[in-house]
Amino acid sequence: MSTPSETVKEADGELRWELPARGPVGMYCLIAAEAAIFVIFVVAYLFYVGKSVSGPTPSILSLPLFISLCLLSSSLSIHLAVGALKRGRPASFLAYWVLTLLLGAIFLAGTAREWRHLIYEEGLHALHVTVGLLLIGTVAVFTFLRKVQQEHAGHVEVLSLYWHFVDAVWVVVFTVVYVIGR
Amino acid sequence: MSTETTGWTTPADATVPLVDRLHGWVTTVDHKRLGILYILYALFFLVVGGIEATLLRIQLIRPHNAFLSPEVFNQLFTMHGTTMIFFVAMPLVFGFANYLVPLMIGARDMAFPRLNAFSFWMTAFGGFVLYFSVVGGYGLYGMATAPDVGWFAYAPLTAKTFSPGHSTDFWTLSLLVSGVGSIGTAVNLITTIICLRCPGMTLGKMPLLAWLNLAMAVLVVLAVSPLTAAQLMLVVDRYLGGHFFDTQAGGSAVLWMHFFWVFGHPEVYVLVIPAFAFASEIIPVFSRKAIFGYPVMVAATLAICFISMSVWAHHMFTVGMTSLSNTFFVLSTMAIAVPTGIKIFNWLATMWGGKISFRTPMLFSTAFLFQFLTAGLTGVMLSSAPFNWQLSGSYFVVAHFHYVIVGGILFMAFAAFYYWFPKVSGRMYDERLGKLHFWLFTIGFHLTFDCMHVPGLLGMPRRIYTYEPGRGWDVWNLLVTVGVLFQGVAVLIFVANLILSYLRGPLAGSDPWDAWTLEWSTSSPPPEYNFAVLPVVRSRRPLWDLKHPEDPDWKYE
Repeated sequence: MSTPSETVKEADGELRWELPARGPVGMYCLIAAEAAIFVIFVVAYLFYVGKSVSGPTPSILSLPLFISLCLLSSSLSIHLAVGALKRGRPASFLAYWVLTLLLGAIFLAGTAREWRHLIYEEGLHALHVTVGLLLIGTVAVFTFLRKVQQEHAGHVEVLSLYWHFVDAVWVVVFTVVYVIGR
Repeated sequence: MSTETTGWTTPADATVPLVDRLHGWVTTVDHKRLGILYILYALFFLVVGGIEATLLRIQLIRPHNAFLSPEVFNQLFTMHGTTMIFFVAMPLVFGFANYLVPLMIGARDMAFPRLNAFSFWMTAFGGFVLYFSVVGGYGLYGMATAPDVGWFAYAPLTAKTFSPGHSTDFWTLSLLVSGVGSIGTAVNLITTIICLRCPGMTLGKMPLLAWLNLAMAVLVVLAVSPLTAAQLMLVVDRYLGGHFFDTQAGGSAVLWMHFFWVFGHPEVYVLVIPAFAFASEIIPVFSRKAIFGYPVMVAATLAICFISMSVWAHHMFTVGMTSLSNTFFVLSTMAIAVPTGIKIFNWLATMWGGKISFRTPMLFSTAFLFQFLTAGLTGVMLSSAPFNWQLSGSYFVVAHFHYVIVGGILFMAFAAFYYWFPKVSGRMYDERLGKLHFWLFTIGFHLTFDCMHVPGLLGMPRRIYTYEPGRGWDVWNLLVTVGVLFQGVAVLIFVANLILSYLRGPLAGSDPWDAWTLEWSTSSPPPEYNFAVLPVVRSRRPLWDLKHPEDPDWKYE
């Protein structure tokens, strides 16, 4: 996980000193905190499944297989994008990156149609997807301006970690709301 | 290794106008300045929360006292609890961590300096929002009120029906905002400790303070986030027609208790682990011995960290859980006493046979050992569910957790203040005033909190604004309030000592305690960049190695 630009290196005889890069470590910590927030919401959801006397029930939801497929594929495309940038292929990076943006946007549009049912987990998750898409969009703009180079692979990778997390959360939400909840 | 002593303001700096200097503090991203801001912020709210406690105690000094109205009493104990936990203890812990961790691991700053500043200002804004409720949060009678739902805000007290107006919303927002700040600081601390240690400082050679703050930060990430989630749900309940905690519509009040205490109990360890960290640095230096059982100390810390995530429902024995849950939480709560006991024995073994010098930091540390032990013992008593059924919600519990927070955490915070004051300010504190502070505060502490156990055992419930005479509570309540007087005077002496010593104290030099960790190798106060050349360490006591090249630690570790 270490990128050379961020490690501390000190030549002191035989001592070779390398520590993990701060970007991914910070992102993993943030993901842990976010995961804890989602856990609490999932627990609340499972606690109340079938108990509500007035609210909407999950049975009115249709299975969002297509948009789920889009979101999960976007994890693969962002992974390929980061790999392409690391190997110094800006053209294929841009292609994969825009693909990720599109897949995420399709997912968000699909969720928006479900949103009138107001499921809080989905709302919270959609918020995270939106944040992710804004960040991915920002990087896309910079890429079009030819500002994203091979040495930025570390930063882009941190963003991809966040995106993988958003996808993983969707797997949990899907399981809890659409599989267990129905 | 001797470094010249420079003042806080260099001559060039002294000519800078006051506005520019203040601007420098507001826009700073330097971990030392942010640490000082955190600590000053905490000190301010310590005085505020202390005044609130004093008012509460004046009301309870005798039966049928009419000093405060019941409504104001409810607001004051809510504000006292919320202030002391979120705006005194947390910023104090983060302030010391911010200041000390980069210096002790040989780094020039935190991993994310701007995130660091953001986190501080979020915390600061949280405190402002909480106290803005006093003018902005019109409540039950259509007038301005502070939150009055207690610091753990049990449902359904927080429902719109029972908390009209916005006082509860100010409470919720204040905790949400400061929670974001706390998580930011925790992420920053973990990343700093993992990624920015100076060459040679493997995890096994890290000062215990860094290890323990790493454990604290992990707990913040895992424990404060559930509180944030629960507060979001409360907002949904109050404004978006949700029924998470609304029993009338199929919600559950018990769920709030679980969510709150999933945060609330690890929070105790978030606060006490840094106190352990101070003890683990201060006791060895004033005993002139290396810490006893370093690996075991680390292991015990991680064990506490782990177990503390699974003890929360011991706050809920009286709610009525299944006997299986009761048994689980009794056993897990008792189990956490084991690693804590190991720590106490390790500190004692460090003192054993050492050349102990009872300067003010060591006095506070020694008192901490006794008091934290006592607090732990009443904790084991309360962990037993049948005993807890009798005393939960009584003054015995109030006495127990104040013993932990004041007798344990605040005493070690005072020790840390005196120990690192020369490093931060460049000047020595006044030893006589320090000792006076210690003795007055210790007498006041024991008068207040030893005596507080007794009315609890005699059945006095917490949070009552007055009581009937002749139940055997009267004299104990009088003694409890008298103790507050001693503590108040002691804190004033403490603040006076800090201010006077900062202005007129003798120069301390870079290493007044002949200590062994890296912060003492910098000038007092340290330069903005901390280390001109990044240090290279070979043992847990790098300064010992420098001072004693003939007998360095790394030969034995």
